[in-house]
Amino acid sequence: MAGFIEKLGNTDRRIIFILIALSVIIPISLNLIFPNPVGAEPSRDLFEYVDALPEGSNVLVSFDYDPSTMPELQPMAEAVVAHLFKKNANVVGMALWPQGASLGQDAMSHMADSLGKVQYEDWCNLGYKSGGGVMIVRLGSSMSAVFPTDKDNVPWSEIPMLRNITDLESFSLIISLSAGDPGIIAWVMMGGDRFGVPIGGGCTAVSAPTLYTYLQTGQMVGMLGGLKGAADYETLVGIKDGQAVRGMAPQSVAHLVIMLFIIIGNVAYFTEKKKGGAR
Amino acid sequence: MNWEILGVWLGALVTFCLYSFLYRDNPFYKFAEHLFVGMSAGYWVIYNIENVLIPNWWQNMVPPEGGFNWIWIIPGIFALFMLARMVPKTAGLSRLALGMIIGAGAGLNMVSFFQTNAMAQVKGTIISVATGSAWDIFSSLVLVVGVVSGLVYFFFSKAHTGVVGKTANVGITILMIAFGASFGYTIMARLSLLIGRCQFLMEDWLPTIPQLLGIGG
Repeated sequence: MAGFIEKLGNTDRRIIFILIALSVIIPISLNLIFPNPVGAEPSRDLFEYVDALPEGSNVLVSFDYDPSTMPELQPMAEAVVAHLFKKNANVVGMALWPQGASLGQDAMSHMADSLGKVQYEDWCNLGYKSGGGVMIVRLGSSMSAVFPTDKDNVPWSEIPMLRNITDLESFSLIISLSAGDPGIIAWVMMGGDRFGVPIGGGCTAVSAPTLYTYLQTGQMVGMLGGLKGAADYETLVGIKDGQAVRGMAPQSVAHLVIMLFIIIGNVAYFTEKKKGGAR
Repeated sequence: MNWEILGVWLGALVTFCLYSFLYRDNPFYKFAEHLFVGMSAGYWVIYNIENVLIPNWWQNMVPPEGGFNWIWIIPGIFALFMLARMVPKTAGLSRLALGMIIGAGAGLNMVSFFQTNAMAQVKGTIISVATGSAWDIFSSLVLVVGVVSGLVYFFFSKAHTGVVGKTANVGITILMIAFGASFGYTIMARLSLLIGRCQFLMEDWLPTIPQLLGIGG
């Protein structure tokens, strides 16, 4: 038995890769969908905050990511934008990351088409602007100075839904979907703490532990962390078979496989140590 | 030719090339890696010219409605200073541009960063441990014990023996739990990327095979 456990402990890494790949491929091919209960989590806090916004509220959504983090952040973007549209909010999109502008356009136009929302009346995309935190400070004094035109070069003054927007304080909420820097931290520092606008956000799972500290201090109203956060929001908004919800089954199975190998590795390590072999 | 299908196939082939590294280093992986680096560099140059330089600088200096704002020559000169690093004799000029960037960044961030990441966080740990439900009280106690013992672990002016040593041990345990949670989140993030690729291969790429062979919708 000890010999078998030792052999398992020395499993070729490529076998582990194959098992992880299978643990992802099989649930996708079987179209497995696991229940995704949403408890009292930061994702529910964000959902409830958005849900409580009065109709016609101006909400700024900053798409601060690029295609490398799309699997986590694009489902979040679609779910958040869908919720805002359902609440009849005026959704203004922008991006601190260059490719975020196009990804935001995809999310907003896709959801607008399915929910009957009209560009420039219910939503618009201001596009990308460089500068990160410094640019956010400028938004605090004048939005139109930073974005004289939208992403498609339509002048600010010709966009009806922007008529009552002057600066950051015109917004009831800012939501940053962030894959790193500049992103949520810049918005919390400049938009939240400096101009007093409530900040919500979604981020990759890698950066979630760093950002949880802003929730406890009340610097953020809610947060979606990684694919689980995206799946939570899809569930809360009522998106059937969303991409993130479908992703949770392979995620869960792969986690089980990883946990199994962690246990095997530890048992093999301690067995070898007992025999005096491990260093 | 259906460009959409071509794009999907290129994406799938490059994905396979990159994942082939999991077996061992090979020419397919090297090809995909170099393709990625080269295309990224080219893409970023054009993207920055189109989306940063032209709208933020050129159109301010030479507005589409006519005229010429000479003041915008100054940031253009500073931008050229950045490139001066490539010529050893003029490399010193780049310090002027860098100094301006670092000075502006430091000035803007100093107060905001301290307020957001130090003051507000310290304030967040000064809480009443005797209010709310039993779970709230427990959470508050974990927070207080975690912060204090974590700080003790990093206090090196006193030997970690006796009470200090035991408190430091609690601190390192709390830190390890935090690192474990962080590592778990990292695994979740990497798996999400794998799931994204697998969803692309199985839901976008696979259905194109019967389409190309003319045996399906």
